[in-house]
Amino acid sequence: MRLLPSGSAALLVELDGLDDVLALYAALSAHPPHGVVDVVPAARTVLLMTDPAVTTLAAVADAVRATTPRPDVQALGDRIELPVHYDGADLSDAAELLGLTPAGLVERHTGAEWTVAFCGFAPGFGYLTEPGGQWDVPRRATPRTKVPPGSVALAGEFSGVYPRESPGGWQLIGRTDVAVFDLGREPAALLRPGTRVRFVAVSQGEVSR
Amino acid sequence: MSLTVLATGPLTTVQDLGRPGQAALGIGRSGVCDRASAALANRLVGNRADAAVLEVTFGGLAVRAEADLLVVTAGARCPGAPHAAPTVLRRGQELRLGPPASGLRTYLAVRGGIAVPPVLGSRATDVLAGLGPAVVAAGDGLPVGEPVDPAPGVDLAPVPEPVAGELTVGVLPGPRADWFGDAGWAALTGQAWAVTSESNRVGLRLDGTPLDRLRAGELPSEGMVRGALQVPPSGLPVLFLADHPVTGGYPVIGYVTDADVDRCAQLRPGQALRLRPGSLP
Repeated sequence: MRLLPSGSAALLVELDGLDDVLALYAALSAHPPHGVVDVVPAARTVLLMTDPAVTTLAAVADAVRATTPRPDVQALGDRIELPVHYDGADLSDAAELLGLTPAGLVERHTGAEWTVAFCGFAPGFGYLTEPGGQWDVPRRATPRTKVPPGSVALAGEFSGVYPRESPGGWQLIGRTDVAVFDLGREPAALLRPGTRVRFVAVSQGEVSR
Repeated sequence: MSLTVLATGPLTTVQDLGRPGQAALGIGRSGVCDRASAALANRLVGNRADAAVLEVTFGGLAVRAEADLLVVTAGARCPGAPHAAPTVLRRGQELRLGPPASGLRTYLAVRGGIAVPPVLGSRATDVLAGLGPAVVAAGDGLPVGEPVDPAPGVDLAPVPEPVAGELTVGVLPGPRADWFGDAGWAALTGQAWAVTSESNRVGLRLDGTPLDRLRAGELPSEGMVRGALQVPPSGLPVLFLADHPVTGGYPVIGYVTDADVDRCAQLRPGQALRLRPGSLP
């Protein structure tokens, strides 16, 4: 664990990998140190945003060092299923990059249990990983200026679902009709750190919901 | 009680203290860019700290009071505005903010607060994420809330004006300062950076002699807060303001100290910014 400076109001904790991030995030988000207003997990780091009126960075650093990571807690997240139409524009390309047929990619994508490691990029955009790994998909050479909402995509070791129309460079393998971010719903964000996801292929004849 | 918007200038948004505590869901804090000025405006009309105000960019806002309202402005001083001096706007009376002589962002506080419906716990408009109330437009009717606390009997709060020329602020090393080495730090802190016209609520885009990276490769995205000086491949830093992305994949060489970010939020395109090595408070 390395504590890196991030200005006068935040502290960045760098860890060896995603598992360590999730375990530390689980412990810190369950019991945030006094004066910490936001805990932000990412690929290799956990950021702690503080209220400088209430605490000092030294006190927060001490609290982080005294925190016992909880690798057991991440398995407690909600379990959801996302129905997916696997008809994405990059399905064939992504399959080829992985040395698979499109059907083989769908089988592997639906066969795994994915976990939201962290969020970012846009409200409700989750970076999903699965322990089986074997996912290493480069981003598209040229990002799209418009990715349709609900697009299910791959990049690097991650899978994700675009919450709304936005630019994006991930490989699109399909789409879901489920709104992963909906302000009319409580909670608005379906995909939160720790949420476990199974993608389910919608058969071709089935009418979308 | 309400205000009718007659004109907005280049950009007027509703803002409050934002949405802390939701960054792990990809939801940034947003909120007022210059927290100190907005807090002053709220205090002067007896609002609580979390009351929503109007953030007016380079003047141009015109409103009509639909009831007797106690109003005040703080931040960039606009001609025609009751600057740091709470004033009653009578029903039917109009308030027109001219362009400020210095500074960029003016906060108009109304006693009772701007009472548009909150989104995810806040009335802040996040222009990057597209969350919160729509950008204020001519013709809008903005509801005003009920006052909670008594109005203070303050006539005028003397406060310094935003700097018109070169601004110098403190900077601390960021988590990836080592990607740029001593030479990079010297280049960051040894030149006057020009604020470009591509700047907005997300960040100030700075122009100058680009910073050289000592190492190639990509950085896995990591969390950041306002004040971050993120260095994209161009070598020209971006100083993040209120609507910055929650995470970013370019290295952060340094951080402007939190209190100084407010002053940076008053810089306009063409102004110069110097970053002086600072120390933790």
